[in-house]
This record gives sequence, structure tokens and C-alpha cells, in this order.
Amino acid sequence: MRTNDLILKTTTNIIVFIILAFSFKLFLAGHNMPGGGFIGGLMTSGAIILMYLTYGIGPINKVFRVPFTILVAIGLSIAVATGIGSFIFGQPFLSHTDGYFYLPILGKSHLATAVLFDVGVYLTVIGVTMTIILSIAEDR
Amino acid sequence: MDQIMNSILHWSIVISLVIVSISILLLLYRTIKGPTNPDRAIALDSIGISLIALAALVAIKLNTTFFNEVILLIGILAFIGTIAVAKFIEKGVIIEHDRDKS
Repeated sequence: MRTNDLILKTTTNIIVFIILAFSFKLFLAGHNMPGGGFIGGLMTSGAIILMYLTYGIGPINKVFRVPFTILVAIGLSIAVATGIGSFIFGQPFLSHTDGYFYLPILGKSHLATAVLFDVGVYLTVIGVTMTIILSIAEDR
Repeated sequence: MDQIMNSILHWSIVISLVIVSISILLLLYRTIKGPTNPDRAIALDSIGISLIALAALVAIKLNTTFFNEVILLIGILAFIGTIAVAKFIEKGVIIEHDRDKS
């Protein structure tokens, strides 16, 4: 017998976008505010866990086609690649640089290559958290 | 005048902190003594909401804006945790397998 989770499903459909936006804000604000890749990845996996709680494993696995163990590999590769990329410019390992650029809509922006390392941390945290929770949930 | 306003702010924050702390203590009593598990779940959720109030009051007291992320974070985590506990109490599993069609 299936219970009717209409209130939970409707609430989840609204709140997941708020949590994803908040996690992305935390991820981008890590340079000069509290936040960063780690807590941003944890909140993103929190939103994904909320979807798994509401809809079960089957329907959400049709939405996320990329397996989460691949995300760990991609994140670690990005983090290592940003370290190796500094060799191209004759700098020591993991050297970072930044600069001011003029973007089309945002105007004068301060862009740093540390963000690329943070992308790696973000994807790795999402992959590890979701792998742990889903492998515990699928115990059959 | 400024000193009077600072004093009013200080004492109102102190009184609010004491009141919120008393409410957390009463909720802890309900968490320990609660006859059934849903009582404990609701009490823990309310403790989370009271922690939001404590974080906001401490943020005003320390005159900083860096606690706003913490406030939002406690709210989201309390929501997800309460839903997980509710699903465990009602269905026995937290994340379903959905072998049958949903």
C-alpha cells in the first residue's frame, strides 16, 4: 500500500531549488565570506538527499544519469589538473593567480583560479556523500 | 542617547537569550521524558528552531553578519532531519527502493 505524499512532494519541489541556490551562493561566496566548496557540496548533496527521501531511489536515478562515483573521479582530476596547470607557466605546483576582467553582464569582476580547485572539492564532496548514503540505503 | 539605546539593546538581547535558553531546557525535558517517539522528534525540531534564534541573537550581540549562513543552514538541516525521522517512524525505511511503480 502506498501512502499519498502530496504535501511532502509539493514542498520538496519548491524547497529543493532554494537549497540548490543557497548552496551555489555558499560555493561562490567562499573567497571573502563564510562558505566554500566543502559546505556548498554538502548542501547540494542535502538537496539531492531530500529528493531521494521524497521520491525514492528509482525515479531519482532516472534523473541523475551520472553515477556519483564518477563525480569523485572528475572532482579529483580537476583538483590535480589545476595543480599541474601551473607547471605550464613555469610556476611551482598549485600556484594560483587572479586578475580583474570585464565580463559582459557582471562588469568588472575579480576572477581567481582558486575557484577551479574549489570546483574539484565541490564535486568530490557531492560524490563521496551521495556514495556513502546510497550504498547504505541499497542494502539488499 | 546613544548609550541609552545600546543599553536597551544589550539588556533586551540578554533577556531574550535567557528566555530562549529556558525554552530549550523545557524542550530537552520533553525530549527525555516524552512518552512516544514523535514527541521526541517534534521536540528536537523545536530545539533546532530555538538554536536559530540563539544564533541570531548572538549575531546581534557580536555585531557581525557572518552568522546568516549558519541560520539558514540550521533551518535546512532541521527540515531534512525531521523529514527523515518522520519517514522512519511512519514507514520503517528512510530511502525507499520503489520496486513497484510510483
